[in-house]
Amino acid sequence: MTAVLVLGLMTATCVQAAAVLAAARWPRRAPAAAIVLWQALGLGWGLAAVGTLIGLGTAGQDPLGQGSAGPGPGAPGSGALGSGVAGSGVAGGALSEVGRLARGQLGLGPMALARLACLVAGLVLLTLLVWVLLSASAAVLRARQRQRALLSLLAHGDPKVPGALVIDYPAAAAYCLPGLRSAIVISAGTLDLLDSAELAAVLAHERAHLRERHDLVLLPFVALLNGFAWSPVVRKAHQAVALLIEMHADDMARRHRPARELATALLRVGAAGGGLAPSGALAAAGSAPDCDVAARVTRLLRPSPGLPAAALALVAMAATLAIVVPAAVLVMPF
Amino acid sequence: MDVLWEASESLTVRQVSEQLTERDLAHTTVMTVLDRLSKKGFARRQRDGRAWRYRAAESREAYVTELMLSALDQTGDRQAALARFVRSVSGSEARALQHALEALARPHDHHEDLSRS
Repeated sequence: MTAVLVLGLMTATCVQAAAVLAAARWPRRAPAAAIVLWQALGLGWGLAAVGTLIGLGTAGQDPLGQGSAGPGPGAPGSGALGSGVAGSGVAGGALSEVGRLARGQLGLGPMALARLACLVAGLVLLTLLVWVLLSASAAVLRARQRQRALLSLLAHGDPKVPGALVIDYPAAAAYCLPGLRSAIVISAGTLDLLDSAELAAVLAHERAHLRERHDLVLLPFVALLNGFAWSPVVRKAHQAVALLIEMHADDMARRHRPARELATALLRVGAAGGGLAPSGALAAAGSAPDCDVAARVTRLLRPSPGLPAAALALVAMAATLAIVVPAAVLVMPF
Repeated sequence: MDVLWEASESLTVRQVSEQLTERDLAHTTVMTVLDRLSKKGFARRQRDGRAWRYRAAESREAYVTELMLSALDQTGDRQAALARFVRSVSGSEARALQHALEALARPHDHHEDLSRS
């Protein structure tokens, strides 16, 4: 029962920490550390939430016989599977419960039914989390395949932007297509808009995305958004991670190019793109409380000092705890 | 594909080959490429006697528009499929950015906090 309590507390703590982190200002000073913390909170929350429900579903069925309150025959020696994994925490408890269920050894009192409902809810949540991740990955792969097919027909190289693909399109657009066969795509409109130093800064920014596979960092949060779009915390988490990834890529680009060139490139593309942003969907996506582009430019022109080592260590410790505590409770005897 | 886009009517493999003289491609190579394009849905083909005639399924502009719209549409899964340099901004944000850019062009005036502008 203690295990379930710890997992329940961890679930609530992760949600609370996500809300605090979304509102905090320090991530802008250390985007990479904040991204790691976001990943840890996401994974920790998933483990703890699934673990809590499954733990509730198996509580009182402790194979060691402690606090065996349920009417079900949770007696020692209830089967090879049950005793084999006995004492291996919530995960083991769940396995032995499923084993008993399969052999029809569960009593059907109200307590047993409530436990069964929690167990089913936990398994449904686990399935849902895996499903949103898989379907988001599949949709992403499909969209990229279509992009690559179209690019192979339409794109051409240009000496102004070595290594990038150019599309003859008048509006300003610049993006990268991550994956094993990655590409950076620049519209002809962008080539006209930016000077060569600014173009180099854009390329450096996009190369950072590709090199560090930022798409994989964002994917779990897009998947969560697909599954839990009603949750304000999930929406904020997704928005925060997306912005932090951009800021981190800005930092990487700044190592090779002057910050000012990247800043003016951001302003020019942003100012040019704004006139074109047409539809409801885009306008809704752009109605962030404060403008992301302006925040990025401010950061580039007036860089604030990075976090002190002690603060970074604290962040690393929090990230480790967020994963290790629920994982340990799930698999270790308690 | 450029040959198909420029043609006003559907072309046989031989006609496409003839227009690609500077590339000096084998007849079978052109045939394979056209076959692959039609399998991917970029070209449509119809029987004409013993040969196939090919034409572009959509205009070049239509494909450019599709490509760019899917890049501009940053809702849902599209956002993870590719990463834009600058996400869409609203008209008022764009004006604010334009002001910031002009302020930046003046040498001594770039100390304002842009996120408050």
